Amino acid sequence: MKFITEFRRSELAEGLISQIHRKSKTQARFMEFCGGHTVTIFRYGIRQVLPKTIEMVSGPGCPICVTANADLDKAIALAQIPDVIIATFGDMVKVPGSYSSLQEVKADGADVRMVYSTMDALNLAEENPAKSVVFLGIGFETTAPTIAASILQAEEEGVRNYYVLSMHKLCPPVIRAILDSGEVKLHGLICPGHVSTIIGSHPWEFIARDYGIPCVVSGFEPIDILQCVDMLVAQIENGESKVEIAYRRGVQPEGNQQALKLMEQVFEPCPAQWRGIGEVPDSGLKLKKEYQHFDAELAFDFDPGPPYEPMGCICGDILRGVKTPLDCSLFGKACTPEYPVGPCMVSSEGSCSAYYLYGESFEG
Amino acid sequence: MCLAIPALIKFIEDKEAEAEIGGITRRISLWLTPEAKVGDYVLVHTGYAINILDEEEAEETLRLLQEIAELAEE
Repeated sequence: MKFITEFRRSELAEGLISQIHRKSKTQARFMEFCGGHTVTIFRYGIRQVLPKTIEMVSGPGCPICVTANADLDKAIALAQIPDVIIATFGDMVKVPGSYSSLQEVKADGADVRMVYSTMDALNLAEENPAKSVVFLGIGFETTAPTIAASILQAEEEGVRNYYVLSMHKLCPPVIRAILDSGEVKLHGLICPGHVSTIIGSHPWEFIARDYGIPCVVSGFEPIDILQCVDMLVAQIENGESKVEIAYRRGVQPEGNQQALKLMEQVFEPCPAQWRGIGEVPDSGLKLKKEYQHFDAELAFDFDPGPPYEPMGCICGDILRGVKTPLDCSLFGKACTPEYPVGPCMVSSEGSCSAYYLYGESFEG
Repeated sequence: MCLAIPALIKFIEDKEAEAEIGGITRRISLWLTPEAKVGDYVLVHTGYAINILDEEEAEETLRLLQEIAELAEE
């Protein structure tokens, strides 16, 4: 068992596709919340093999895409402070903020380093004791515990020049905000797999119970997505709405208790700004009082200025599932992966990037 | 961004481990999965093992999918 190739076997895909076609009678719209799922769906052409009864829409599950310009501007302003090293996951570097990007300020001399893990950022801090290392804390519940662990490790090892700019986002509150807006009517939700690895399947139950929407937690291989769609179709045809896990090898209903414990030790919920969605209560994470000496926002004096949104960019509407990249007048013309205007074209998991990379025949 | 890939734990030292990911050995953190053992497959996200993969559940899922595939052929 390698846990990868087994879930890409074509005969299993054919079986599932044929069962979905046989079972699906009711017109239904499913949202895949997670950008990782969007990539799998496009890369393997899953939209094209589903029956006409099923429409797929992409959700806001790309942490880079949903980071508001106001937050990006803070990161860019921090990068311009002397003796500050910005440590960040790669995709963030190219995202345009209101006036500049990390890439541009790096070209002007700012010290911006791409890291694979917070462990690398901690090492940077230890290797550069005369400098301050600011890690850009972006990501959902999957990533937040790794950042909590780095803060606890820094505390344990007495590292005093390591800081975090906390821009973390929580998934269940934003799904509630999208459903409450009533802008997009959903009949099924493909719940994010690795967010659920951490939080478990219980936090999705309000969607099935209060909104009557079937929920299935999916893995990231093509067979996982097809199995998830098959389970959603079965719930719809049986008139049910409950939370199920298709990704049983990677997700337990109770989640990862150790990860949740570390996250709760270091962070507490706060309101957060989401691009295109606005402020959502309790959908962000800030450092608890005991760990505020790691908070970059409190440690440095900086003024990013008022945020500004680029004209014509509809990333916000795309993130809410209201429009697709094909509705955008900039798509593929003024906005490309080489010269992105909005974040959905920068991130490899953004909808615009997926549409651009995998052609234009995926409207299904 | 929530990408996590399966890795096989080869060697554990305190809260870190050496793990094989697609033929490459990497150092990973076990802060989030202190119960992981040598020989376990874990899901690795940004250098941290975030869960131990459940082999029995994976086999059960594959068995179910095989049944669906056989049913479709009939």
